[in-house]
Amino acid sequence: MANLNINIGKLQLKNPVMTASGTFGYGSEYSDFLDISRIGGIIVKGTTIRARQGNPYPRMAETYSGMLNAVGLQNKGVDYFINHIYPTVKDIDTNIIVNVSGSTIDEYVETAEKLNLLENIPAIELNISCPNVKEGGMAFGTSCLSASQVVKAVRMAYKKELIVKLSPNVTDISEIALAVEGEGADSVSLINTLLGMAIDSEKRRPVLSTITGGLSGPAVKPIALRMVWQVAQAVKIPVIGLGGIMNAADAIEFMLAGASAIQIGTANFIDPTVTIKVIDGINEYLERHKFKSVTDIIGALGDI
Amino acid sequence: MLDLILKENKVLSNQYNLLILTSNEKMPDILPGQFAEVRVDGSPTTFLRRPISIHYVDYELNELWLLIQVKGDGTRHLAAMKAGESLNLLFPLGNSFNEPSHKDADVLLVGGGCGVAPLLYLGAHLKNKGYRVNFLLGARTKDDLIELCEYERFGNVYTTTEDGSHGERGFVTQHSVLNDANFDHYYTCGPTPMMKAVARQAKKTKANCEVSLENTMACGIGACLCCVTDTTDGHVCVCTEGPVFNITKLKWQI
Repeated sequence: MANLNINIGKLQLKNPVMTASGTFGYGSEYSDFLDISRIGGIIVKGTTIRARQGNPYPRMAETYSGMLNAVGLQNKGVDYFINHIYPTVKDIDTNIIVNVSGSTIDEYVETAEKLNLLENIPAIELNISCPNVKEGGMAFGTSCLSASQVVKAVRMAYKKELIVKLSPNVTDISEIALAVEGEGADSVSLINTLLGMAIDSEKRRPVLSTITGGLSGPAVKPIALRMVWQVAQAVKIPVIGLGGIMNAADAIEFMLAGASAIQIGTANFIDPTVTIKVIDGINEYLERHKFKSVTDIIGALGDI
Repeated sequence: MLDLILKENKVLSNQYNLLILTSNEKMPDILPGQFAEVRVDGSPTTFLRRPISIHYVDYELNELWLLIQVKGDGTRHLAAMKAGESLNLLFPLGNSFNEPSHKDADVLLVGGGCGVAPLLYLGAHLKNKGYRVNFLLGARTKDDLIELCEYERFGNVYTTTEDGSHGERGFVTQHSVLNDANFDHYYTCGPTPMMKAVARQAKKTKANCEVSLENTMACGIGACLCCVTDTTDGHVCVCTEGPVFNITKLKWQI
């Protein structure tokens, strides 16, 4: 067995495999299928200061090798999380990380302050990249100035590991990554979904109630991989890679591109046990290539 | 999650196939109204699993039946499967239909198109419990009215076809048994306008009515929040809070 332990700043993971926010619920949805404590980290559903109903149905459109979603951060709010969800997840032997979103900087800060008090939540993932909400969300993540402002404010309020999730819907993602690093982000995760659209030609109507939505799945993987590589070149903080990972080979590609850890999202919908297969597959790869530790393959593309 | 083996693929009409699946393992307990998320292999355009109603379960023969209507690439691939091939299913998922509130109740099960799928197993279950079961099944032509003899095992069968080739002419919503007779409990699955018409009839006679929704889904287990419907409790997942809803829970204009 190779050593799969990895540290993302202060965050210690038993392996580099995490689940992406919005694709794994609060973990319990999957506990019939696998031992969720084997996963390196579970990033729970996007949480906001107040409850949100999300967008109207239809919220999803299947695409070639992927899907568009327009869920719109449906959640019951941070207080509900603290009072009802946290007690059920706090003793799971893995890192439970909360994805935080908001419409204003104050909302992000207020939510982060409340989560800062939860002993068994070692990190938050700041979502400045949700394409499916009218206010805030992605708007914060598409300019260096607004990304800096929100990260700076949350950094003052939040003392533990601060991961910032970046939007791919920008001209130069490295600039945004450098900006949030400059304001004290401990790590960055990328990519969130790519803004896309689907049309029903028979009805001559958009498929999604919101007209546009976020594209995920293997369709986005080459773009995600390129962006992870670019960001890993640009910043000194750890990079968490995600976007269309379906198997261990995909996960290893992201690590070779410079990711210290990876997240699995849409693939959970096809195979609820995919995380375990990826963990085992990474171990098999390391043994086969005679690497002692998973850290040996981070950015290990050789001279290019 | 289980790999089932296709025992038989019965072509029922030019758009319907019946997949009879079996397994070396004993079928889990399945409630009427539950569904399976079926992985479609070998179809590049089919990325997500397909949510498909459990049509019937034969515990003695250890068989699970899925009724497939060919609609797109995914269902076309399923309909082309051959005996002996395996199919990966997440099942049983979702809630189930409820029994009527009193014994000896008269119940009407109304299905249109592929919406008939969950009603066969429901009818079997209700008959077994001693309720008086009536089916009202609608299709475009008599060729699409499939497996009538299966339904007849469990209750009276009334039919409509749009061209009048079997039963009363028209839509199920126009059938005399729906409009003239009274039932204690209505169950329905199919096109939304049809389900709303059944709901209206139930409301008029102050009877219970449960509908099975077929919203597009990704995960099928309540994680992605894609398949929501609006209810008196706000947006809830059809895959976990449903697919069966009492009409009093839905925000339908009926």
